[in-house]
Amino acid sequence: MAAVDHAAHPPVANQSSRVDARTLGMFLFIASEIMLFGSFFTIYFFVRVSAGTPWPTPPYQLPVFVAGMNTIILVTSSFTMHWALQAIKRGNRSGLKAGLVLTFLLGLTFLLTQILEYSRIGFTPHTDAFGSVFFGLTGLHGAHVFVGLTLLAFATIRAFRGHYTEEAHHGVEIPGIYWHFVDVMWIVVYTTVYIL
Amino acid sequence: MPNPLRSEGEAFRFLLGTVVYFALIAIAGVINAWAGLVVFIVLTIAVVWWWWSSRQPAPPRQATSIRGGAPGEKRILVIANETVGGAPLLDKIKERASSSEDTAKVHVVSPALNSPLRHLASDEDPARAAAQERLERSLRKLKEEGIEASGEVGDGDPLQALEDALRTFGADEIVISTHPEGRSNWLERGLVTQARERFAVPVDHVVVDLGDAS
Repeated sequence: MAAVDHAAHPPVANQSSRVDARTLGMFLFIASEIMLFGSFFTIYFFVRVSAGTPWPTPPYQLPVFVAGMNTIILVTSSFTMHWALQAIKRGNRSGLKAGLVLTFLLGLTFLLTQILEYSRIGFTPHTDAFGSVFFGLTGLHGAHVFVGLTLLAFATIRAFRGHYTEEAHHGVEIPGIYWHFVDVMWIVVYTTVYIL
Repeated sequence: MPNPLRSEGEAFRFLLGTVVYFALIAIAGVINAWAGLVVFIVLTIAVVWWWWSSRQPAPPRQATSIRGGAPGEKRILVIANETVGGAPLLDKIKERASSSEDTAKVHVVSPALNSPLRHLASDEDPARAAAQERLERSLRKLKEEGIEASGEVGDGDPLQALEDALRTFGADEIVISTHPEGRSNWLERGLVTQARERFAVPVDHVVVDLGDAS
């Protein structure tokens, strides 16, 4: 009986030499997120422009200043995220850790401030169409911040456990892309919902 | 325009651009709603114009020159898709192999041709299986003709497949087999010209018309 060769490991997975599978996964995820946000913005424009709902419905007021401060906090967190990645690319582990911790804390501050504002804003999603759209859009974004914070928490824990090197830092790069996407979406939400 | 989410650095720059874009619109909109609209239109046109003007073809990359063969050995790298079994290609390989006293070694690359959608979804298994089948047929044919040949399934992009193959098989010359002009997607994309620009070894082009051959 002929001997049969058994591989000691599963066959090597084919990987395209042009698109990194992990980055591609994040592209596709973000593409689906853009479509999700797009559907919420469609509702927003319908309610505000087509239906002509006053924005905000009197007598309510939107916390523009606090949300503006929150915007600054979130944009700052993108700078610290970028700093963290630049630090590990140069082999600076302390910079990586400090950058990730600061990013996490700034993101957490943003989320807690938003929750605090929700409790004091004076209307609810049940109030009217304006309330539903406001909480829908900002809440959707808040959920994304929560997901981003979870990713950042993993990256931070791994950084403190000695993971990541100058060459291997995908675990920071991918959450970084997602975090910047969350910030971009907030800029759009803040400008359209609070300012204009 | 590069994908703004290709890397963290590019995503960060995209964020900064977004901040500036929306800040200008918001400032103008707060001053006057029509001014906001005008700024929005002007900025959007500027962004589209910048994107359009930055869409230039990428310059050819530096030619790859890797010589890995032993002395007295002639190494021929062949890339072909469906036309791998065509008689003109086999004749060309035999001609190139017998053109000197050196021992000829042929390496065949069979690219895993795939649709863009399947490629994007990393669904490459059927394309690789088909390419593997073509490769095996091709190697059998070459063996029947008495030519020592090895082979591999390559990337769906023929230029990338050639570059990958050159990393491990230092070729003295490259033979590219295509369909006739008008039916060849590779010729339409300028594959032969690009290969000559990129690789520092002679590139020979063979047209195989399977319709004629059959």
